[in-house]
Amino acid sequence: MSFWQRIFGKKQHPSPDRVQTAPLDPGVLGKPPAERPSRRVQIGAAQSTGMERNHNEDALFYMTGASDGQERLPDFGLFVVADGMGGHRAGEVASSISVRTVARRLMSDTVLHLFDLEPNTDAPTLQELVQQALEEANATVVDRVPGGGTTLTAAVWLGQQITIGHVGDSRAYVIDRDGPRIITRDHSLVQRLVELEQLTEAEAALHPQRNVLWNAIGQGANLKVDVASHPVPQGGYILLCSDGLWGTVPDADIQRLVLSAPDPQSACDQLVQAANAAGGPDNITVILVYFPTE
Amino acid sequence: MRRTTRTLEGKTGETGQLGQMQPGVTLQDRYLVLGVLGTGGMSSVYKGRDLHFPNVTKLVAIKEMINMAADPTMYEMVVRNFEREADLLATLSHPAIPRIYDYFTQDSSSYLIMEFIEGKDLEAMLREREDPQPESQVLSWAIELCDVLTYLHNHQPQPVIFRDMKPSNIMIDHHAHIRLIDFGIARVFQPGQKGTMIGTEGYSPPEQYRGEASPAGDLYALGATLHHLLTRRDPRAEAPFSFADRPIRQINAAVSTELEEVINRALEYDPKDRFASAEAMKNALMTAARQTGLLVSAKTAAVMQPRNEVQELWAFECEDEIRGSPLFHNGAIYVGCYDNNLYALNAKSGEFQWKYATEGGIAGRPAAFDDLVYVGSEDHRLHAVTLSRGKLVWTYYTEGPIRSSLTVWEGHIFFGSDDNHIHVVNVANGRRVWRAEAAAPVRSTPYIVDERVYYGCESGDFYCVDIKGEMKWRFRAKRAVTSSPIMVEGIIYFGSMDWTLYALEAEGGWQLWRFRMGKPTISSPCYAEGRVFIGCADGNIYAVEARNSREVWRFQTEHQVTGSPVVHEDSVYIGSVDGSLYCLDMRSGRKRWQFRTGGPITGTPVIANNILYFGSNDHKMYALLA
Repeated sequence: MSFWQRIFGKKQHPSPDRVQTAPLDPGVLGKPPAERPSRRVQIGAAQSTGMERNHNEDALFYMTGASDGQERLPDFGLFVVADGMGGHRAGEVASSISVRTVARRLMSDTVLHLFDLEPNTDAPTLQELVQQALEEANATVVDRVPGGGTTLTAAVWLGQQITIGHVGDSRAYVIDRDGPRIITRDHSLVQRLVELEQLTEAEAALHPQRNVLWNAIGQGANLKVDVASHPVPQGGYILLCSDGLWGTVPDADIQRLVLSAPDPQSACDQLVQAANAAGGPDNITVILVYFPTE
Repeated sequence: MRRTTRTLEGKTGETGQLGQMQPGVTLQDRYLVLGVLGTGGMSSVYKGRDLHFPNVTKLVAIKEMINMAADPTMYEMVVRNFEREADLLATLSHPAIPRIYDYFTQDSSSYLIMEFIEGKDLEAMLREREDPQPESQVLSWAIELCDVLTYLHNHQPQPVIFRDMKPSNIMIDHHAHIRLIDFGIARVFQPGQKGTMIGTEGYSPPEQYRGEASPAGDLYALGATLHHLLTRRDPRAEAPFSFADRPIRQINAAVSTELEEVINRALEYDPKDRFASAEAMKNALMTAARQTGLLVSAKTAAVMQPRNEVQELWAFECEDEIRGSPLFHNGAIYVGCYDNNLYALNAKSGEFQWKYATEGGIAGRPAAFDDLVYVGSEDHRLHAVTLSRGKLVWTYYTEGPIRSSLTVWEGHIFFGSDDNHIHVVNVANGRRVWRAEAAAPVRSTPYIVDERVYYGCESGDFYCVDIKGEMKWRFRAKRAVTSSPIMVEGIIYFGSMDWTLYALEAEGGWQLWRFRMGKPTISSPCYAEGRVFIGCADGNIYAVEARNSREVWRFQTEHQVTGSPVVHEDSVYIGSVDGSLYCLDMRSGRKRWQFRTGGPITGTPVIANNILYFGSNDHKMYALLA
């Protein structure tokens, strides 16, 4: 059932004490509902400096592609979120040049090759390419932004799989009726202690070292890139966000806002509003992608 | 700034960093600075000479506190910590702990004068060596380190917790004994700001982040140090507390299991699971040293008699090798043999029911549907015979031997042939529905899902065709794909003779990852709990993370593994050319049991009603309790 049908359904059954007898404005009526819901992926993105910081160290990038025809290419997309750190504007420079580096590299190494007529099976695997893209971002930040660092979560969507390269504590979630599932792991000291059952989630949320990362772009040669492929959630969402969202808005609220919003863009706007309403202590970045059922 | 006057002219700049004392400076008219030995977060250590001994060169180590704290309370705390270290060292007396000679404050800086230790710290030794330290060496250091920890932990009136055990704090002196240096000062973190912790935390125990310091924490750090020495994997370059992900013997097989176990216990997350004391750890190390013959070379070599740990329920002997895989269907086992026969056996008793003779060897697994059983043979034919009596109903000819197993889907049989095609025939009458061309013989078993058919061939080409046989995509491995594909959550997995396990996105055939093994493989992968299992001609069975190809474990058999694994409950079952059928713990790869037969096992076992069925090249079909 499309959201159009839901909206129009509500209009047909107004609550009795607010019945309007006047004819509806033609502008409100709009166009008749679409025959069937869109088969295409829908995407939203939003960003906010937050309520406490005076500059934005987060960065994001996204694109999607689709084709049709007898020999159509499977749909594809590229989504990147980064959250910089380091004084003297090093954080915002680190996050933005990392996003650019990764986007450029993945575009040339993966997206452009989709249009090749003959497949090149000698090419590195998708996971290797994602790994290399994040390593290149690391080298670039080490080289150009001394003292700067950034988290980076990059997702390449090709056909039925999303391949995610991840460093730091931004997150990727799968959101559907079964609830929100985090599919990246935070490279923070406290998360590691939670994994080892040395801290509870509640203790971790208040731990004085909760902002300490053990792995970040721009921190030298010991970068550890997590790379993994996940099936696209049919009829569900992939959410990429910085800790300005997940550290402020509980997962259950994220889930509720995403599923109740009419489209991904309004969901993103509401998520950012929710983080700011809760104090907005940090920069907030969200990318939300809806995948239709086959 | 207070040092600007001290800088000597014309000296080489090696120690010329701002804030450090330059060579030539004299403290208290007694200690002459000769050079910098090292700089930590809050202190610098210099090599110096005691001028009270003018006729000989008596070397000393001069430790200078650097107090950068701007906040007066912090400043005070740093001073107090330094004094505490001085007071503590003054009360300690152990051959592995440097002696302290003097402590004073000059120009608002504090200094400790200590014994100068000639030698090299373990961090420098790690840097200089290419290969890991030998086990015997590490063992003897470990035993000495336990000794000094025992001394510290039993110190009166209060135990001393070292807190900072790591290679750079352990010196090996000129007599090849260990010396602990740098009695740690608690680290100070800056809460609030996002930051990284690169290069500081690798050896510390997890409980340190709850503010706990205990003798068990020193044992953890010792375990971490030993792990680093034996594996050369720097824990500061890895995720914190991830030693369990890097088993010592997986990286350095020369280490004994005994020593590995001692270190693993020291590295337990929960302090209660570690050794009760440094003394207990020392005893365990001594035992390990004795058992491995490093201490006493009298090894009791008990020769293990090969023995089957599980009993067979039944065995049935054919007239030639069984290379293929059995089928379980309605209480019966159907298996093809190189004596050309398809056999039907009672699954419970192994009792012979019937056999059907083809005119060639049978390499693949039969299939059953309704009241017929189907089998492909090297006589080029697919045979359909009755389930009950093995009477021929129809045959279907291809133009080459059939070595692929059969897949039944929606009333059709899909299989490959050495005639470079995959064939699709109707189950009821054996009529061809279509066939699709491949570049070479097809011995891999077609996998069908979502109206798509996936199969490999001997040229290395791997195909995805739709249910009408029209090609959707093609992928090319470097050598033959004999292994049969599987698909889980939109990813296709298969092995190749090019030594690789591949993972391809199912819709477009993009390579998501590949996993390199030690030899070619014709084994077909299987999947359970997010992991892919596959055998290889290098003798290993591998378990690999399905999402990212990380190796979880491998198990070495004594010969090639050409058969394919099956998973049942939490065990992996697989046969090897060494003649054994192995049952391994699915999560750890540890062997549960092994069953020896008289010949190579090259097929895939089948499990039904908790009974494991498989054939061997010793001509026998076996049934074991799984």
